[in-house]
Amino acid sequence: MTANTNKAFSVSEASGRSKAIAGALVILYALVTMIPLAWIFLTGFKSPPDSIAYPPKVVFTPSLEGYVNLFTTRSRQTPEYLESLGPPRTWYDKLVRERNMVITGPSRYKDRYVNSLVIGFGSTFLAVFLGTLAAYGFSRFKVPLKDDLLFFILSTRMMPPIAVAIPIYLMYRQLGLSDTWLGMILLYTAVNVSLAVWLLKGFVDEIPREYEEAAVIDGYSRFQAFIKVVLPQMRAGIAATAIFCLIFAWNEYAFALLLTSGTAQTAPPFIPQIIGEGGLDWPAVAAGTTLFLVPIVFFTVLLRNQLLRGITFGAVRK
Amino acid sequence: MRRGKKLLAAAAVLLGFAASNAQAADKELTLCWAAWDPANALTVLSKDFTRETGIKMKFEFVPWTNFADRFLNELNSKGKLCDLLIGDSQWIGGSAVNGHYVKLNDFFKKEGISMDDFLPATVYAYSTWPKGSKNYYALPAMGDALGWVYRKDWFARPELRKEFKARYGRELAPPKTQMELMDIARFFQGRVIDGKKRYGVAIYTERGSEGITMGVTSALYPFGFKYEKTPGKYDMDGAVNSPDSVKGLEFYKALYDCCTPPGHSDAYMVANLDAYKSGQVAMQMNWFAFFPGIAKDPDVGGAKSGFFVNPRQKVEASVLGGQGISVVSYSDKKDLALQYIKWFAKPEVQKKWWSLGGYSCHKAVLNDPAFPQSQPFAADFLKAMGNVKDFWQEPNYAELLQAMQKRVHDYVVAGKGTAKEALDKLVKDWREAFEDAGKL
Amino acid sequence: MTARDRTSLAQKAARATPEPVARRIRGLSDRALAWLFISPTIILLLAINIFPLIWTIYLSFTNYHANRPNMNVRWIGLRNYQRILGSEDIWGYLQVTAHFVFWTMVLQLLLGFGLALLINRNFRGSSFWTTVILIPMMLSPAVVGTFWTYLYQPQTGIFSYIVNAFYDFGPLDMIGSVKLAPWAIVIVDTWMWTPYILLLSLAGLRSIPDYLYEAAEIDRANAWQKFWHITFPRVLPFLMLAVLFRGIENFKMFDMVAELTSGGPGSTTELVSITLKRAAFESWKTGYASAFAVILFVTVFGLGNIYVKALNRVKR
Repeated sequence: MTANTNKAFSVSEASGRSKAIAGALVILYALVTMIPLAWIFLTGFKSPPDSIAYPPKVVFTPSLEGYVNLFTTRSRQTPEYLESLGPPRTWYDKLVRERNMVITGPSRYKDRYVNSLVIGFGSTFLAVFLGTLAAYGFSRFKVPLKDDLLFFILSTRMMPPIAVAIPIYLMYRQLGLSDTWLGMILLYTAVNVSLAVWLLKGFVDEIPREYEEAAVIDGYSRFQAFIKVVLPQMRAGIAATAIFCLIFAWNEYAFALLLTSGTAQTAPPFIPQIIGEGGLDWPAVAAGTTLFLVPIVFFTVLLRNQLLRGITFGAVRK
Repeated sequence: MRRGKKLLAAAAVLLGFAASNAQAADKELTLCWAAWDPANALTVLSKDFTRETGIKMKFEFVPWTNFADRFLNELNSKGKLCDLLIGDSQWIGGSAVNGHYVKLNDFFKKEGISMDDFLPATVYAYSTWPKGSKNYYALPAMGDALGWVYRKDWFARPELRKEFKARYGRELAPPKTQMELMDIARFFQGRVIDGKKRYGVAIYTERGSEGITMGVTSALYPFGFKYEKTPGKYDMDGAVNSPDSVKGLEFYKALYDCCTPPGHSDAYMVANLDAYKSGQVAMQMNWFAFFPGIAKDPDVGGAKSGFFVNPRQKVEASVLGGQGISVVSYSDKKDLALQYIKWFAKPEVQKKWWSLGGYSCHKAVLNDPAFPQSQPFAADFLKAMGNVKDFWQEPNYAELLQAMQKRVHDYVVAGKGTAKEALDKLVKDWREAFEDAGKL
Repeated sequence: MTARDRTSLAQKAARATPEPVARRIRGLSDRALAWLFISPTIILLLAINIFPLIWTIYLSFTNYHANRPNMNVRWIGLRNYQRILGSEDIWGYLQVTAHFVFWTMVLQLLLGFGLALLINRNFRGSSFWTTVILIPMMLSPAVVGTFWTYLYQPQTGIFSYIVNAFYDFGPLDMIGSVKLAPWAIVIVDTWMWTPYILLLSLAGLRSIPDYLYEAAEIDRANAWQKFWHITFPRVLPFLMLAVLFRGIENFKMFDMVAELTSGGPGSTTELVSITLKRAAFESWKTGYASAFAVILFVTVFGLGNIYVKALNRVKR
């Protein structure tokens, strides 16, 4: 699509002045939109008292307490006990000591983050694997009830997650899949596969059939033609689909909340629970949030040309 | 395809490793509780157990807001995470009926642990099901009740004392009745002290788990609220929504409307602590469990804070908190877990438990003549435990609690309808729940 | 050999090969391959979606409580459904949900479409700033709900602080006030999802061919006429698609609101998904919750049907 077709009101390019006004308004909106995120980022570097200062502090001395608190568990001790311990050994020990506390061990954040990664990548891999096969099947073969099956696949996305969670909770309880990686991966795969099939089918549809036909003539089986001819051309589509699936699994909250409690719990249900001494430890919550959101921002930028396709299940392509 | 298969195999191997690693530990117990000050004290106390028996202790502490969800889920899924569970007093009914907890009678008999060594109110509330029977499913571990903390230093200021005396005709001191409490709260609401605006009280208003129910019952009980007209008959109409109960509920709403800090619409233990420690309020309601920490606090501890038991109105009553420690019947290490219970029941351990900040229920500790002076809140604690009342402990208590959370929050915080309507609806909800359970 | 050469050669070869030989050359028949490729997906979906759905429907006719697995499970027919449809509380929650869906759609449409019109002017750096605006849409709704709790604190949060910089309202209790809380959730959702409408509107705008505007110029149409007769009708299908998709998602919304307000104060922001979660996983009224879930599913399914039909229309 060339630049010339991107016009709205007039045939020629919009006037310089109207462009400037449009630009200013959009930039204003973008900046306002970024304020909450910027504030959270900054809060990750505040000390706990600064984070609950009123009125809110825009200028403050940065501190790494939020990040330290995020990754450790601490307990408050009497000054005498602290004296008896000897000098702090590391920079984070020192930070914690300043608040009359001692580090008692690592927090669970790292585990939760790892769970998010494992379950995210695991379910994405499976969903894309199944989705690629199914998409090819739907695109190239005469499948009886094709439209109905495709609709069925899409309709599985229409259930409110809580509604799905009720029987899954009972099922997993029976099968011993509660709070396991395998259970969550299966569930997320099932939810993601509908997105994967629809997105990938769109990509496969765009690949001309002639290449496979030619391969078949050359003596390859259909299957080999799929592997050697179609798959390589789907690489970009598979990558985009995989990232969308990953983002869904990464962000998911309801199933993680209801079906996991400790071992397999991912980051989203965990972050609101980061309790400090009193109330939520806002710098730690902000730090945890920042670390959790950074990959998504990265992927958003990476995927910016495919976003439209992804958010409409492949229905609309720019 | 081959590459895909290899990856799948690798994943399977990894998962297998992860699963087997989880079972590698032996001579180790996992104790589950809520994440709060006493839990930290328990980890310190348990070091003695490890020293004596060589059994390592692992702890799983969950914030109160998720405590019930998390561990009731765990029990319902027959999870093996917890060997020992310090569960809320209201879980006793469900856990006994559904076989989540090990019945401890035989163990107690064998080891010579007598329930007579523990305060009767705590045995009744934390250990027995059916209530008052001699079936024990937990050892009383943490005695607790709702009490109050106040800014002793503000109460001591001469100009405030003078103004209060002039307005109300009595000294500015810990209130003796609920209405006196509201007077004091009104007195401090919006007052500027040391250059900052202050507020009257921090009370419980949390919607999600049990906060506002605990808070509201601390007002309802003294006004004369009852759950049933005849205990055991579930005849709630006329008890739950009696004129006394209506007055009590209206009182709590008036207290919320007049005298709380802005944004205090979903507050539970930690939010109240925050509001108090940051100097926003003159008084807070909170569990006795937090009082050792408050007394030691660098900002508001020491001489700055005082404590008082929940004031009476028509009757003396405090809201029961507290938990008992139980052995989870799905655990693979029940014998080790029972060893912990045996150790925990020893009077010396119970004394050390109190000194570290845990509220022992053992008579050796509580009946000791030195006890009331051991801490500034000890005497009030004894008084509270003498008149505690608990919420329903039925197996379907979760449903009953959720109904009350909704009706009370709708009225007190969202201002929906009248107090009588809220209580009438609550009776209807509870009737439905008991009908479903076959009790009515 | 060019592609076209290959194709005609392929066709000739295909016609020339006798059927049985051709089949053997192709290895696994097409039919078998198709089923091999599609069935794992279908089986997984049957296991994780359909079988549980059937189980839910069964449960909805019983008085099962998941926290009492040993109790006597009784068939109670339609009583759960009667209780739900007759409960004024439930209609209250549906109203709250409708309020949420309606206002988020209105605001996001206005903002999103407006932004699209501006971005379509193609000023310098427009694609960079567009990407910036898109970021909130990709974040985890639950995590967003959590940190907006911080931003919405009446005294220590910057939302109140910034608003009061323009006009002194006093500390705004966005989460605890009965009047403000429903708007608090609308604002956060709008912050997150305006980019969605924006993207779709932009796609719509960019699909309008130039010659239509050229013809309009020749007919001396003014800006408003161009908008109303060319731009708007062409973008409408995209907007409809966006509204339907977001509308359904917002009807199902749980994560963000559960974290932000827990449905409070009282029940003023209790969306139906939150009610469902409470009934199923806090009160453990599994049978009752299942009936509610079935009702919600039927509603969403009905709306979803329209969505898919519109999807197909847009594609053509």
